[in-house]
Amino acid sequence: MTHTTCESKLQDNNYYEPVLQAKNLSKAFNLKYAIKDISFHLNKGEILGILGPNGAGKTTTLHLLLGLIKATSGEVNIFGLNIDKNRSEILSRMNFSSAYISMPYNLSVMDNLIVFSRLYQIKKLKEKISYLLNLFEIENLKDKITGSLSSGQNSRVNLVKALLNEPEILLLDEPTASLDPDIALKVRTILCDIREKNRTSIIYTSHNMEEVENMCDRLIFLANGKILIQGTTNEILAKTGKSSLEELFISVSREQSQHNINDINEE
Amino acid sequence: MFERIYAIILRFVYLHKRSMPRIMEIMFWPFMNLLVWGFLSVSIEKMTSSTIVSYLIGGIIFWDVLYRSQQSVSLSITDEFWARNIINLFISPLKTYELVTAICFVGLIKSVITTTFMAILAFFIFNFSLLNLGWNLLPFYMNLIIFGWALGMFTMGIIFRYGRAAEALIWGVPFLIQPFTGVFYPISILPAWIQPISYSFPSTYIFEGMRNVIQNNQFDVHLLTNAFLLNIVWMIVCGIFFGFMLNQVREKGYLSRQIIE
Repeated sequence: MTHTTCESKLQDNNYYEPVLQAKNLSKAFNLKYAIKDISFHLNKGEILGILGPNGAGKTTTLHLLLGLIKATSGEVNIFGLNIDKNRSEILSRMNFSSAYISMPYNLSVMDNLIVFSRLYQIKKLKEKISYLLNLFEIENLKDKITGSLSSGQNSRVNLVKALLNEPEILLLDEPTASLDPDIALKVRTILCDIREKNRTSIIYTSHNMEEVENMCDRLIFLANGKILIQGTTNEILAKTGKSSLEELFISVSREQSQHNINDINEE
Repeated sequence: MFERIYAIILRFVYLHKRSMPRIMEIMFWPFMNLLVWGFLSVSIEKMTSSTIVSYLIGGIIFWDVLYRSQQSVSLSITDEFWARNIINLFISPLKTYELVTAICFVGLIKSVITTTFMAILAFFIFNFSLLNLGWNLLPFYMNLIIFGWALGMFTMGIIFRYGRAAEALIWGVPFLIQPFTGVFYPISILPAWIQPISYSFPSTYIFEGMRNVIQNNQFDVHLLTNAFLLNIVWMIVCGIFFGFMLNQVREKGYLSRQIIE
């Protein structure tokens, strides 16, 4: 498979400047913990992968970082500010794209991007939108109704929206999930370039282990709402004795399934 | 702040620009309502020779102001759920009060368009001129809009908390108060025990005030003051309720779940 390797020059320089810190973060829904006591950080210019099987707590973690959900305990500090107390200020410097959300389907792509440019108070918004549409090779879609786009086109439009404000932190939830291999490669290359050029910090979730291995400087493996292990790919493989991330993922996934079955039996 | 409020207004302008059903919603249903009540009034007037036409047509136009104001506020937020766009808004720098201000403004614009449209139709079809009633009705009109915003915030709070299951309330909430607020008849005809309930709604004073203007050409400042003061109370209570529900949504993660559903 053709892939992009997002090599971190920053790590080579042993650069450490956390822009995001999650401290002892827990979230319980109806007394059941979706995530429990997790702590991690994200450095400036770093790509951090969050991995885990379905139900491991990835989406809950992302939504806590975005302030969409309030933590049961613990806190999230971004740019040195608490997310619950400084949402607007922090969110103006961040952005998010997910394969599972979309922009209003009954507006054209251009109309949607104009609305979001104004929400992020972008200067010279038409030039900016045009530049990003070209970058993702979707200039031809600008007058199309968003609801008429394929899921792959929609993902790229969402990525354009996520880059409108030149975010210092970018949260990407399975950004290449619905893209064909060629477009996925282009998207990864764009993301790597943006990271190098703007020192954008990225949190990345994906079920494509090869992609994660190539894109991310560091990984966090979640299972049953807890951090199972974190570190670089090599460190994780060395600690777990697995030959690949895929092998580790399958093993964790099966353990979590068993854990869930035990939980149901106990109830 | 204004840039972000403008962005949300722009979002709804784009929505209506491309949606004939939305335009129809502003014009068609109010038109049908006006026709039904207008013809009914004319037929009753022939039997009673009173000012019933003005009462009922004035009532239906003013009722629609309240209904449109409440509905457009709550429908605006439901649109974001339908479009699966709510997370995009909540992860943007948009502040809650900016969102509420923008959608209240959208509600005002829609109400003004509908009222103008209905007033023109009422003039040509039923020879009823809203302008003849004078600018005295304008403060009552604005108070109805404000009460619609308050009811809209209440509805939005429930929609945030219960999601699509509560969508029917967008169209239902105004009708919960309609029998008690004297849209088409004076409050004095209601049973005594219902009247205190009626007088807890700002709209009751507004409809009473409207009838006073129509019948006696008298502008009752007391009725307007009561409506305005009650509106302040309703806005505060509904604002607190909306804030509480939004907090619950963040606490319990309903927003994320509603998107996934």
